[in-house]
Formats: sequence, structure tokens, C-alpha cells
Amino acid sequence: MSAPAAARRASRRSDRGAVLPTLFLLAFLVYFAVPLAWLVLASTKSLDDLFSSFGLWFAHFNLLDNVAETFSAEDGVYWSWLRNTLMYSGVAAVGAALLSVLAGYGFAMFDFTGKEVLFWCVLGSVMVPTTALAIPTYLMFSRLGITNTPVSVILPSLVSPFGVYLMRMYAESAVPPELIEAARIDGASEWLIFRRIAFRLLAPGLVTVLLFTFVATWNNYFLPLVMLSEPRWYPLTVGLAQWNAQTSAGGGATSAFNTVICGSLISIVPLILAFVLLQRHWQSGLAGGAVKG
Amino acid sequence: MPGGRGRKSLERHELAGAAFTLPFVGLFLAVFVAPLLYALYLSLFREQLLGGSTFVGLDNFAEGLKDEAFLSGIGRVGLFMLVQVPVMLVLALVFALIIDSDRVRFAGFFRLAIFVPYAVPTVIAALMWGFLYGRDFGPLTDVAGTLGIGTPNFLGEGTILWSIANVSTWTFTGLNMIVFLTALRAVPEELYEAAAVDGAGALRTALYVKLPLLRPAALVCTIFSVIGALQLFGEPQIFAAIAPQVIGKSYTPNLYVYNLAFADQRLNYAAALSFLLGAVVFVASFLVVSVFRRHGAPR
Repeated sequence: MSAPAAARRASRRSDRGAVLPTLFLLAFLVYFAVPLAWLVLASTKSLDDLFSSFGLWFAHFNLLDNVAETFSAEDGVYWSWLRNTLMYSGVAAVGAALLSVLAGYGFAMFDFTGKEVLFWCVLGSVMVPTTALAIPTYLMFSRLGITNTPVSVILPSLVSPFGVYLMRMYAESAVPPELIEAARIDGASEWLIFRRIAFRLLAPGLVTVLLFTFVATWNNYFLPLVMLSEPRWYPLTVGLAQWNAQTSAGGGATSAFNTVICGSLISIVPLILAFVLLQRHWQSGLAGGAVKG
Repeated sequence: MPGGRGRKSLERHELAGAAFTLPFVGLFLAVFVAPLLYALYLSLFREQLLGGSTFVGLDNFAEGLKDEAFLSGIGRVGLFMLVQVPVMLVLALVFALIIDSDRVRFAGFFRLAIFVPYAVPTVIAALMWGFLYGRDFGPLTDVAGTLGIGTPNFLGEGTILWSIANVSTWTFTGLNMIVFLTALRAVPEELYEAAAVDGAGALRTALYVKLPLLRPAALVCTIFSVIGALQLFGEPQIFAAIAPQVIGKSYTPNLYVYNLAFADQRLNYAAALSFLLGAVVFVASFLVVSVFRRHGAPR
């Protein structure tokens, strides 16, 4: 937080605690928090208790059994889903962030023929429906023989138009042109200037793109649903959706609602932790440019 | 080419700039532009019963424009968009203005609590809300039972679209709030001082100073939300498992296209429909931009 902003906050501290806005936020706190609280509570219940006990309170504490059951169901396929999700998201995030920081820096600091047209094409690409892209990509990949492999999920996830946009805005505000010019006069190559000077200045924006691409890939459903046919390559989203569909349709022996619920809880813990722990970093990156309009 | 030093350095910049963007642009061409062109090519053909396909020009597009299932899907996501996007963005805006006004305690906690649902994948959010809505062990049913009011049917013909809208709102309000908050933090301090000197209170400052400054952020949020609403897929696909009688194969355009392509193997027609949906998204985005321009203060 900048010094004047801190001063502003301090000077207004006297009239904190207005009743009406606080009540308003509290009411919505219930709305945003109760579903997650329910998920936590439900994860601690056995299948029988799920149906028989009151939804918003504890019954017999069965969390550890549920976790064990989730990880051991269908020969431990949940482990594969968790590992796949981590791998797809990790590789896609690092790759997309690096491509975005390079491209964003290129768009921000240089003039070249067709630059603005290219930039607007990249931005405009967010309007293309996911299906319009996934169907032909699937056909192309299947001709190359790479459907049902991690590559088929990771490769399209490396392209982040939002990341390029964010990094361009961020570079324009965070990298002083005089600094670059001075380094050029000293005879440094463009690549050296980028690596030694610009990259460090761009780091907060990079972290933001990294985190948001990680989340986008972690949350992705459509692309892996289309590309993957074997459960061992599924990410958590596709795997859990399949478990849920089986459970809802099946009834009887397959009605393993407790593993679907517990699996859902486990699948969201890493992201929530990442957002909470990295709060300062991604917020400063967003402030650098995303919303200059 | 004639060249002094200045000329040469400019040329070097031209090359370097292109080189920095090259890795991204290369991949963009391979996994975005190429598939799109391929889909366009596909959309101009039609599969034959005996195998192979013939060139049919724009016939698939013409069929799509008369396809009841497709058009009613467009109407449904259009209605969804007109209700869900304003509700979500107004909520996000109000949260952001309250938290930024510094009139509440624990603002940081509220900010985080409202944002956290964004970390829940849409699919998982839909699964979770599906259970919450459910009659078997949904807590909403429990609460309704305790209060002695009848069990509401969240997954019925008339209600399920709004149950889906609620899932989207729950998931994405926090993200939009963060975008507004980030924009508010960039507001120059002098503006607030000037407003304070003029005797404006927190409410007036919010309405007359902050709100107009949020226009660019609001435009970005609106565009992304509109695009997301029109492309609705994950939530209805999950809800189709728990309410199969209500959510058919063509409930939303994307769901329809997915089912045509991967269940019915009608790839050419599916490609044409996805372009028609793309056109709808484009027109909607264009309308959003022009509405923002028209009601915009001169910059």
C-alpha cells in the first residue's frame, strides 16, 4: 500500500464500524461461506449420516475414513487425478507466464509492423467459444495421435490472451523506457536487457499471470473432457464429474456420495491455500495494469 | 537500405520486438488460428451417409438459423446473461465500494471471504450446489423442513436456470469485486481530498467520485461476464446428471454443440453452430462496448 493511501486509511479510521454496511456484508458472508462450510461438514459424515443427520451440523466424525475411501476407490484413481491436475496446471502456468511476459514486454517496449493488429487479434480471441476451438483442435490432435495424452491438455493451455494483455499493461507501467535506453547506449543486447533489468521489474505481474493460469487450468473442464478418454489421465474436475454422474445415476451399491463430497473438498484446498498465502503478490500484480482499461 | 545509426537501431528494435512476441505468436497460430480455420473449413461440408463429405457452402449455417433447439438455447443463455450479469456486477460493485470506503471493520477478512469461491472450480461448485439443492440430503431442504415451509424445488423446469445463475454468481462475484477494488486503489489521492474539502461524505464520494472512475474496469468485467454467460457449459452439464428430465441435450448452445460433435458425430454441423454462437458473442460484446461509450463521460 502506498504511503498516502495508508494515511487516508488511518485518517478515516475514526468512523469505522458503520452498522448498515457491516450488516450488509455479514449477510452475504453467510451466502458465500455456508456452501463451503457445508462441504467441510458433509466430508466428515458417513454415507448413512449424510442422509439422516441435519445438513448444517456434525454427526459421527467420519472424515478420515472418507479420505481413505476417496483415495482408495477404483484402485486409487483419485491419486492420478490429483497428480495430473497438479502437473497440467503447473506446466501450463509456468509456460503461459513465460510466454506472456516475453510477448507482453515485446508489445510494450517495441514498435514493429502489424503490432496493434496482432495485439487486438490476441485480445479478440477471448470471444471465440470454447467449443468452436475444442472440436477442430481435437480433430487435429487426433490426426497427430496426441489425444488422450497430457500434451493435448497442456498445449492449448499455454496460450493466455489475458496474460499477454496483463503483461503488456504491466510492462508499460513498471519498466521505465529511459532505463532500457541507457542500457542500449551501454551496448547491452536486447535479450540481456530483458533478462537482467526488465525481468525483475516484471516479476509481480508474472506471479499474477502464473497464479491465474494455474487456477484456469486447474478449473478447466471442457478441454480435458474433450481430449481425454481414459480415467488415468483425467484431472480432478473431469474425474469428479464422472463419479458424480455415476453416483446420481446408479443408486444402490455405487451411491458413493461421501467420496464425491470428500473428493471435492480435497480438490479445492490447494487453490484456496495458494490464494490466501499469495494474496499480496497477485493483488499487486493486478494493480499494476489489468484495470487500466 | 540507406542507414545511419538511428535507422539501424530502429530496425534492430523492429526485429527484437517481433522476436520477443514470436514464441507466443507461434503457439497462438498453432493452437488457436489453425484450429479455427480448420473449423471454418469443416463447417462448409456435410457428411454423407456412405462416408466422405461434400461441399455444401453455407447450408449448415442456414440450417442452424432455423434450428429450434439451437435458437431456444441461444434465447436461454441470452436471458441468463441479461439477469445474472447485472446482478453479479452490481453486487461486486457494492462490495468493492463498501470495503474501499473503510467504514467497516475486518474489511480484509470480508474481501477474502467473498473472493474465496473463485478458487473453487466451476464444476466443483456445480457439484456442491447440486447437493445443496438436492432433496435427499440438501441442507436447504433441512432448513426449509425446520422452518415448516414446503421444500422448494430448485431443479424444476422453471427454476433450474436461476439455480445455475446462482452458482455462477456465487463463484464469480468475488473475482469481479477484486477487479473493482484494484481499480479503486489506482485512484489518485487528490481526488478524495478534493471531495472531502467539498464536504462530500462516504456515500457521495462513492457515487460521484469513485463510480465514474470505475468505468474501464466495469467494461472489462461486463465483457468477460457476457462472454462467459453465453458460453455456459459446465454447470448445466453437471446438473444434467442430477436433473436429466429438465436439462436436455440442447439446453445451452455449447452443450448442444458438444453433444452434436461427440455423441452424434455431426462435426460439420457442430462447427457451423459454434461459429454462429461466436457471432452472437461478438455482437453482444460489441453492444456492451457501444452502451458503455454512449453513456460515457468524455475522457
